[in-house]
Amino acid sequence: MHIPDGYLGPATYGTLFAITIPFWAAASMKLNRTLKSRQAPYLALGAAFSFVIMMFNIPIIGGTTGHATGATIIAILLGPWAAVIAVSVALIIQALLFGDGGITAIGANCFNMAIVGVFTGYGVYRLIGLRSGSLSKRRVLAGAIGAYVSLNASALAAAILFGIQPLLEKSSTGQPLYAPFPLSIAVPAMVLQHLFVFGFVEALITALVIQYFQKNDPDMLG
Amino acid sequence: MINMTTIKKLWVGIGVLALLSPLGLILPSLFKAEGAWGEWSLKEVERIIKFAPQGMKRLAGIWKAPLPDYTVPGQRTGMVGESLGYLFAAIIGIALVAGIMYLLAKLLARRNGNE
Repeated sequence: MHIPDGYLGPATYGTLFAITIPFWAAASMKLNRTLKSRQAPYLALGAAFSFVIMMFNIPIIGGTTGHATGATIIAILLGPWAAVIAVSVALIIQALLFGDGGITAIGANCFNMAIVGVFTGYGVYRLIGLRSGSLSKRRVLAGAIGAYVSLNASALAAAILFGIQPLLEKSSTGQPLYAPFPLSIAVPAMVLQHLFVFGFVEALITALVIQYFQKNDPDMLG
Repeated sequence: MINMTTIKKLWVGIGVLALLSPLGLILPSLFKAEGAWGEWSLKEVERIIKFAPQGMKRLAGIWKAPLPDYTVPGQRTGMVGESLGYLFAAIIGIALVAGIMYLLAKLLARRNGNE
């Protein structure tokens, strides 16, 4: 789901930076107000977890690959604003150091995974798990469903950014200048595979980690 | 209270994930899967749609990543070499991401003490 350089035109990638940077600023301000120094190791772990989980490319037989992001579980454990920063740090290092995701696309990729992914996952988790105890099965389910929705939301966001390029960025002869596939191709292509395969992986990972914390450190589940 | 045991255990978990990360190369290879949708190189796009979008041609190579696609310089060819390279890349990435996030968190938490 890491959009490379060249797929998004400046109108799009510029706009996505303009949207994402205020979120980073808001997250920084929020953490500046609430974060305790002793929580730093947990944020480091969260960012590291997101980074490494995105290295697990999951294949669809004879087809494409996808990956989980960890956005929801990190938001559950550290709060959504910390998760925005943690997942963003992972994505930025992936782009700069490893070329996984473009540098012009950093705003877009962070928007899709570190913002949309975080807040939809966290929102669904809170909605479903609101009145259940931190040790309950319902919390596990809430996290799993939140994670499933989250990854699909990220995929949809990415697909939309791809799919509008042929509309927005055309040459004088009507040829696409950047991502060449329209929404009618991009959306099914990206969303279906996350709906049927990768979303469940994200859900499973999230459920397992919640259960781990329920057994070993339930305080972190609030 | 800072919970050192939890943090240690979690780092062990991260370590295990790092060691398993080459699965992210091996599994796609086993199942004959190509790359992720929409992450094709310029060349691959040209192969698929029979032309190279002008804007993509301009931007695709704009950044020369030091460890492109999670490879490390000097890694051997073949599945074992690539897996080892991927593993090193994972370790380097984890260290960098964790280090930067830790420093950033400390910076942001400056005014709130250690409570």
